[in-house]
Amino acid sequence: MAVLVIAQHANGALAPASLATITCAREIGAKGGGEVTVVVAGRDCRAAADEAAALDGVAKVLISDHGMYENASAEALAALIEPLAVDYGHILYPATTYGKNAAPRLAALVDSQQVSDIQEVVDAETFVRPIYAGNALATVRSKDAVKVITVRATAFEKAAPGGTPARVEDLAPAAADGLSRFVGAEHSASARPELTSARVVISGGRGMQSGDNFVLLEEIADLLGAAVGASRAAVDAGFVPNDFQVGQTGKIVAPELYIAVGISGAIQHLAGMKDSKVIVAINKDEDAPIFQVADYGIVGDLFEVLPQLKAALAAAKQG
Amino acid sequence: MKILVAVKRVIDANIKVRVRHDGSGVETANVKMAMNPFCEIAVEEAVRMAEEGVADEVVLVSAGPGPAKETLRTGLAMGADRAIHIVTEETLEPLAVAKLLAAVAAREDPGMILLGKQAIDDDCNQTGQMLAALLGWSQGTFASKITIDGDTITVTREVDDGLETVALTRPAVVTTDLRLNEPRYATLPNIMKAKKKSIDPLTPDELGVDITPRLEVLRVTDPPAREAGIKLETAAELVDKLVNEAGVL
Repeated sequence: MAVLVIAQHANGALAPASLATITCAREIGAKGGGEVTVVVAGRDCRAAADEAAALDGVAKVLISDHGMYENASAEALAALIEPLAVDYGHILYPATTYGKNAAPRLAALVDSQQVSDIQEVVDAETFVRPIYAGNALATVRSKDAVKVITVRATAFEKAAPGGTPARVEDLAPAAADGLSRFVGAEHSASARPELTSARVVISGGRGMQSGDNFVLLEEIADLLGAAVGASRAAVDAGFVPNDFQVGQTGKIVAPELYIAVGISGAIQHLAGMKDSKVIVAINKDEDAPIFQVADYGIVGDLFEVLPQLKAALAAAKQG
Repeated sequence: MKILVAVKRVIDANIKVRVRHDGSGVETANVKMAMNPFCEIAVEEAVRMAEEGVADEVVLVSAGPGPAKETLRTGLAMGADRAIHIVTEETLEPLAVAKLLAAVAAREDPGMILLGKQAIDDDCNQTGQMLAALLGWSQGTFASKITIDGDTITVTREVDDGLETVALTRPAVVTTDLRLNEPRYATLPNIMKAKKKSIDPLTPDELGVDITPRLEVLRVTDPPAREAGIKLETAAELVDKLVNEAGVL
């Protein structure tokens, strides 16, 4: 048997989460899962396929370059992958909105109980995954013939180029079902790094009081090369769009440095950031739960602390 | 159009769960339960569609032991018309629930099935997508806006890098995200009215579905604890620590 990875990619490059998923696939492979094959499906995706072929530990790349796969339709993708399933013991997707949308559709078609969001490979059939917003970890064993899995990207290193380049083979597109049609997308345009792969993240919560006040975070983000995030409370209050959301039902991040500003630290927010290397909290309530996970805390009014932080960072940069 | 809405009873979102000492799971005895928040959003959306005349009937479905009825009653008090309770004591996994819902859909013939995108207990985010696959229907996951125009259901989806819009051919499965709506609180008169609405029991056997769990849960443990750190007085002190102690700047 072998391990199949369904790669998310954009603009000719693999998504960082795909690189982490490939590392996870190699671990499963080394524990008896077999060699790793990567599927790259999309329009004009040759460059992403070549990138996958150059990665260490990838034995084969299947490319399906067709307009049908341009917008990552779960329906089209499941129809493409289903016939391949008999040859693979594991089929992995990154646990991004791309993978979360697509993987369960395939899992049902191959009658497999998917294992979502794994963060550790114990052996080829046993995995550790968070439940209850990461307040508990479940170790589960799957005996399904094909194990469909989504992979938590922050738990695995990104695969790097190396070894013998893999062969790239064409994969014929499946018949279109015409069930759904892509209408359009509004991608958030930002010059800042992407939230889930940024080295530094600064997030605001309800304490920011308005969307306009996020400019205070943006100024610091620009000094640090950081991404800007938000708690669910800030999204609920309409301060910022949902794609800013860090937490159980938003994005999972694990940067080198996470700065939580005006965030109380609800369970659902901690679930999305508690694996960050260093956590800083700025909050006026000294009893806020965020301080229980923060390495460094400042109890104070964020509207006073943020300008001071900006000045101190600018000074440190010059010095 | 008839709308089917699946709802799940979970530990209340505000409760901090405790892992059992024997590692068999989390403590559920004497713990406050509630409707999964994303399911509430699904019920609200269906009820609004009925109020706008887009839907003519809203039918709730829940699978689980006896108390799942309370959760259905909550949804009826929000404005759903009737409910189906699939009664079972067995641990239900998403694939089994999707199969049960597919069997109910075959009986009820809805134009749309609404579900929450994720249950906040197992955090799987699978059931809606699996259900769509089993029925051979299209899927609109993580919806922040749903509009219905004839046979087309247009869904705006919350994706990692923004929003995406898809047009689905009816019937379809749609799963709800956070910003779709703000669920109402049931009023007392509606709570009273809900007591008279019907909740029809069914069993997995009657639906012809094998719900035997596929995954074996070997153990459930506490995550590694994070130690609280130190409090600092000034931003300058913080920057100094980040540069010289933590080495992250």
